[in-house]
Amino acid sequence: MAFDLDHAWQVDPRVSMRPEPFGALLYHFGTRRLSFLKNQRVLAVVRSLADHPSARSACTAAGVTEAELPAYAQALSALAESHMIAERIPA
Amino acid sequence: MTITQSPGKLTDLFQLGLDAPICLTWELTYACNLSCVHCLSSSGRRDPRELTTRECMDVVDTLERMQVFYVNIGGGEPTVRPDFWELVDYATAHHVGVKFSTNGVKITAAAAARLAASDYVDVQISLDGATAEVNDAVRGAGSYATAMRAMRNLADAGFRGFKLSVVMTRQNIPQLDEFKAIADRFGAQLRLTRLRPSGRGADTWDELHPLPAQQKELYDWLVARGEQVLTGDSFFHLSAFGSALPGLNLCGAGRVVCLIDPVGDVYACPFAIHENFLAGNVRDTGGFQAVWQTSDLFQDLRKPDTGGACKSCGFYDSCRGGCMAAKFFTGLPMDGPDPECVQGYGETALAQALASAAPAPRPSVDHSHRTSPARTPVPVTITSRRPPAHDCDESPLAGFA
Repeated sequence: MAFDLDHAWQVDPRVSMRPEPFGALLYHFGTRRLSFLKNQRVLAVVRSLADHPSARSACTAAGVTEAELPAYAQALSALAESHMIAERIPA
Repeated sequence: MTITQSPGKLTDLFQLGLDAPICLTWELTYACNLSCVHCLSSSGRRDPRELTTRECMDVVDTLERMQVFYVNIGGGEPTVRPDFWELVDYATAHHVGVKFSTNGVKITAAAAARLAASDYVDVQISLDGATAEVNDAVRGAGSYATAMRAMRNLADAGFRGFKLSVVMTRQNIPQLDEFKAIADRFGAQLRLTRLRPSGRGADTWDELHPLPAQQKELYDWLVARGEQVLTGDSFFHLSAFGSALPGLNLCGAGRVVCLIDPVGDVYACPFAIHENFLAGNVRDTGGFQAVWQTSDLFQDLRKPDTGGACKSCGFYDSCRGGCMAAKFFTGLPMDGPDPECVQGYGETALAQALASAAPAPRPSVDHSHRTSPARTPVPVTITSRRPPAHDCDESPLAGFA
């Protein structure tokens, strides 16, 4: 599934996020599934999704370069597939 | 899973432990209406030192602070605690999800309706045979019917995706497809876990543990089902057959999981109720958080595995030497092969352990019923008490003179 970087996203309200030295653990109380964020930057991106008009802008603000963007889009895509993050109607 | 590092790297990070467990097992009581012959915690009788309602709530407060996502509540039979539902409500109100294991004795239609209404509570019904014959031989007469009634109630209440939890034995591995059919019939998800020689399982291991050919049968069946069937990541010793099974292929004891027992003792894992794996007690200064983060035992368990006798085996990266508790209670060294090592090294190690004549360690804690529960009501005749001959006659011989 292609991830829409230009859409607005947010963490699902049923997801609990716990920072860890390597990044973060995510747990979805609805699907009862666990997921991992494997570095601090992807954690910063995910945390700030709700504050940005698009995922692209959240990535840029967290210092993700143009070259790194496809890897981050792939990570976000996996999170969307497992319902950890969901599309949001921008304010 | 988001991939910005390989899963192998993640296992290395988990090996060093986390600031808080991902989930933990919490046995609320040693009391149980059943006397399963393989009970991992030798449950039966309530322990008078059991944590009070208030103490349990304090533990929940700690878990909330540590951001433990959920607890696996078990026992004994946790639902026989009079404050069970109160504690479940308290935990979920404090953002600690609950998954509890039960033999189904208290899962009435009303309880099922209540459970179906919550997103934050999951239920595991234990059943160890797809037929009453196979199940009741291990779990006791009538326990198959109890579990089936509980699952019917959950399904009727609209609870989708509760777990049907099965401990795999020599007797029930031929019933794998039947278990799947039962789960499907009730809209449940099948969860298979490994039998350990823990608790009363130490006494029944030799008769119940799967035979080598059955291990392969189970592995192939699990590989074919993929993520449809849950395993609690308990079969990682089977990964040495070939490709790894889904999940974390690592012993999580003291690293990502642990056990809180009914009296507040914290052990490295639910299958290791023995003083060698006792890290502390939630009643100690600093509570559970201090035990998890600073106990000597847990610090020690978080050191990287050296591999020991398994180091030179080509499959070590797959199985990581197997299950600590299975080794311990069969008298094998911690840094050698699992007794059920699929490469056959366990059999050699067991023969050596037998020859050394040192007996395998026994579980330290036993709350078994002192006698098996009576199979039928004991006939008792109670005669009506003779009224005293006079109001003040208290002599036991009054009226007989």
